[in-house]
Amino acid sequence: MQLIPCPWCGPREEAEFHYGGQAHVAYPEDPSALTDEEWAQYVFFRENPSGPFAERWSHSAGCRRWFNAVRDTRTHDLLAVYRAGEPMPEVTS
Amino acid sequence: MTFRKPTGGEIDRHTLLRFTFNGVEYTGHPGDTLASALLANGVHEIGSSVKLGRPRGIVAAGSEDPTSLVQIEAPFPEPMLLATTVELYDGLVARGLAGQGRLAPEPDPARYDAKHEHCDVLVVGAGPAGLVAALTAARSGARVVLLDEQNQAGGALLGVDEYLDDRPSAEWVGDIVAELRTTPGVLVLERTTAFGMYQDGFVLALQKRTDHLGFAAPAGVARQRVWRIRTKQTVLATGAHERPVVFADNDRPGIMLASSARTFLHRYGVLPGSRAVVFTTNDSAYCAAIDLAESGVDIALIADARPDAPARLATECAARGIEVRAGQVVTGTEGPGRVTAVSIGDTRIECDTLLVSGGWNPVVSLFSQARGKLRYDTELGAFVPGEELDTVRAAGSATGELDLNACARQGREAGSAAAAAAGFTPGGQVPLPVSDSRCTSRSGLVVWRVPGADDASFVDLQRDSTVADVLRATGAGLRSLEHIKRYTTIGTAHDQGKTSGMIAAGIVAEALGVELAEQRPTTFRPPYTSVSFAALAGRDRGELHDPVRVTAIHPWHVANGALFEDVGQWKRPWYYPKPGEDLHTAVLRECRATRESVGMMDGSTLGKIDVQGRDAGRFLDMLYTNMMSTLKVGRIRYGVMCGVDGMVIDDGTVIRVGEERYLVTTTTGNAAKILDWMEEWLQTEWPHLDVHCASVTEHWATIPLVGPRSRDVLAAVAPDLDVSNEAFEFMTWHDTHVAGVPARVCRISFSGELAYEINVTAWYGLAVWEALMAAGEKYGITPYGTETMHVLRAEKGYPIIGQETDATVTPQDLGMSWAVSKKKPDFIGKRSFARVENNRTDRKQLVGLLPVDPTVLLPEGSQIVETDRLPEPPVRMLGHVTSSYPSAALGRTFALALVRSGHERIGETLYVPYEDSLVPVTVTDSVLYDKEGARRDG
Repeated sequence: MQLIPCPWCGPREEAEFHYGGQAHVAYPEDPSALTDEEWAQYVFFRENPSGPFAERWSHSAGCRRWFNAVRDTRTHDLLAVYRAGEPMPEVTS
Repeated sequence: MTFRKPTGGEIDRHTLLRFTFNGVEYTGHPGDTLASALLANGVHEIGSSVKLGRPRGIVAAGSEDPTSLVQIEAPFPEPMLLATTVELYDGLVARGLAGQGRLAPEPDPARYDAKHEHCDVLVVGAGPAGLVAALTAARSGARVVLLDEQNQAGGALLGVDEYLDDRPSAEWVGDIVAELRTTPGVLVLERTTAFGMYQDGFVLALQKRTDHLGFAAPAGVARQRVWRIRTKQTVLATGAHERPVVFADNDRPGIMLASSARTFLHRYGVLPGSRAVVFTTNDSAYCAAIDLAESGVDIALIADARPDAPARLATECAARGIEVRAGQVVTGTEGPGRVTAVSIGDTRIECDTLLVSGGWNPVVSLFSQARGKLRYDTELGAFVPGEELDTVRAAGSATGELDLNACARQGREAGSAAAAAAGFTPGGQVPLPVSDSRCTSRSGLVVWRVPGADDASFVDLQRDSTVADVLRATGAGLRSLEHIKRYTTIGTAHDQGKTSGMIAAGIVAEALGVELAEQRPTTFRPPYTSVSFAALAGRDRGELHDPVRVTAIHPWHVANGALFEDVGQWKRPWYYPKPGEDLHTAVLRECRATRESVGMMDGSTLGKIDVQGRDAGRFLDMLYTNMMSTLKVGRIRYGVMCGVDGMVIDDGTVIRVGEERYLVTTTTGNAAKILDWMEEWLQTEWPHLDVHCASVTEHWATIPLVGPRSRDVLAAVAPDLDVSNEAFEFMTWHDTHVAGVPARVCRISFSGELAYEINVTAWYGLAVWEALMAAGEKYGITPYGTETMHVLRAEKGYPIIGQETDATVTPQDLGMSWAVSKKKPDFIGKRSFARVENNRTDRKQLVGLLPVDPTVLLPEGSQIVETDRLPEPPVRMLGHVTSSYPSAALGRTFALALVRSGHERIGETLYVPYEDSLVPVTVTDSVLYDKEGARRDG
């Protein structure tokens, strides 16, 4: 059972967390101005990198806060966690 | 005849334990395992093999044994235990297995539990390396947990007769354990197997707490406990397993690993037989031979596969009259069951025991589970830890080291390094013991198999997999050990290949002509030894398996004979059968009473979310497809929520409680999901909005009062309330008193009838329910359950999210365009409604279906086709039946369905394959009852 360092609560077991997919995918400013393809990119398409990946996590059985984490998809190691609204930190994998 | 020595071993000869095996009564002593007690009675045949039915015995003395599978019959039936790991107790009844056991049909009366433990240094294995590692770490002040599988510390020392620093090894072990037990912050657990190693220092271990007590196990103590250990640093001192050599007919009872025979001798005072042949590739079996000879076993011969026997050991053997032949291998065995003779080339030697040693396999399972890379050690012929990990270190024979002094040194280094890494400075140094053992040389000849009859040369005795099976796999072109493991099933039995895996790898490498160093070993996975599901479940079984949620009114439902339906974790009344009624007759009665007079249900499970804040209206406008900010205080609106893809995720009512306060309801099963959904958007997209959400589901008892006489019943219990249609309009709410209790009454309807929803603090729910029942008695008020609710709403074409919908259905598909705002600039899902895909005319849409024969009840989930005769497959499916009921109001059966271009097909006849025929159905509007809404106002 992996430990996930919640930026508000500290390290807690992964069973307390909920996964939220790729981070930094903002809700479009004006959806009506987008083409079908641009809108579909927002709704359906996400990155699937091999290596560091910025993701959203929610400490759903703890403080219930959403935060962001950079996870290395090859090792499952969490390289960084940061609060919602903060920029993605530089990481070395 | 007894094979028990008059002295020696860790057993209590003064106490007799009676036990029964395969229907025969025997005796043993405290300290015995079932295996050692059977061997003491001369019993070698335990069971038979899983596929071929060949007799099988006892190969090893511990958890690595591949063959001694038994079923315990008393005190409680338990399958697939190893005789070598069952501690003997009085009254034990067991029998040998033919490879497979039988689970007990009755519930297990024992308790199981789990415990969390946190430590700085975890040491797995209490042999010489582990003991020194644990004490070294403990002396630094670190919190230490030491686990060991056996019932006492000592590890390999338990199976030998060695002196350490000129005193019996048990004394050295005892001193260390005593110091550990008196050191604060140190936990020593026996009978505890670390079976899984996971990320971030998480280790699962199984402690057998009362198994060894048998009938005397106290009822109040958990039989087994799963330890959930979180450690900063781990020292793996897991030891090594002796491995056999494969030859023809190597599976007979009486063929045993040499070191295991030595363990039976020294630990249990048991001789494996009267006359033994020893077959070895290395030095260690010589010690077994010499010890057994000194205990009176006739050692017929030592066949050493090496070209030269070790000179010093050979001299010692000669002094005891033991013949040693170098460069010789066992080529076959004979016997009706147990071995009676061994062939070494042309020589045939009669014996009742064959002891085998093919070298040592370090136990690297946990290291591998911790993602440590393994390296092939050519001298040892085994995989060993191939790197240092930041938090996991191996020590002792788990690294391939066999000399006791060197093992202890590794333990000290690992313990010290682990403590330092956890932030502790070294304490007093633990002195390293020196052993008098003769057999510590690592060097042996690596021999996997002796050529012979391939189909009688067993690699995995438990799986009945032979050399022939391995060669069949390589012959079929398989090269990867992972593939060959799956093809042959070698290493997949209860023992997880402890004795067979390495040999299989060696035989594969030989067959393929590759170096083992180039082969990737198979991945070790938890559990290291078998763990019962009962232990894993712990206390989370029966009523505690999953929380059960009941409403405040639940006792009334139980007392009045309701049958219940599980909705999420909730118990909801399904229907209330009267004597002699089944589901259909009860539901028809409940429906009729409600539509004709008045009915009542417990709606307390409905999800309720209190949404407050300056921007609450703006927020709800984004979440719902329709407009909520314009709702006036005192009024109620039905709303639909979609995902960004435009698909319906939930529906419910929104009531405006105040200028900055709304109460939102969700479907019972979606309450938590919708609260999560709200919080996600508030935190991640709109943190600037001043909105706060709280679940208030359990604060309220909610009672829909439904039917033309509901107004009369309400008036009787709510004297402060003007219940007239003019004063209390549809889709409004009033705060008042009901049965003397503060209540919020909403006029909403999920049935099309005049209806009120009475909300009171959950505390008063039962009293108000009873007051309503009493007030409604003269109208024949009828409690109804979820089934009647479903029928009533289906007659009106109201969808249930999750029954009519499946995440591919839009509000438009449900015929709910009226609930989708055209005015709002944006809301979640709006942009998707404009996508081409969402505007196809052949989308599946919600319609009603009336079977042409009004007595035919279509099964929910039935497919719908276009023609009255099925064409050649593939047959085009137009959709499926989502709900189907007999209706009291319609006097016939009906159904709701999602059908391609359904709205255009109204009036058409379609067909539903049902049993052997195609049932004709007429497509209708989804609203089948009171289409004009005449009943709403009573």
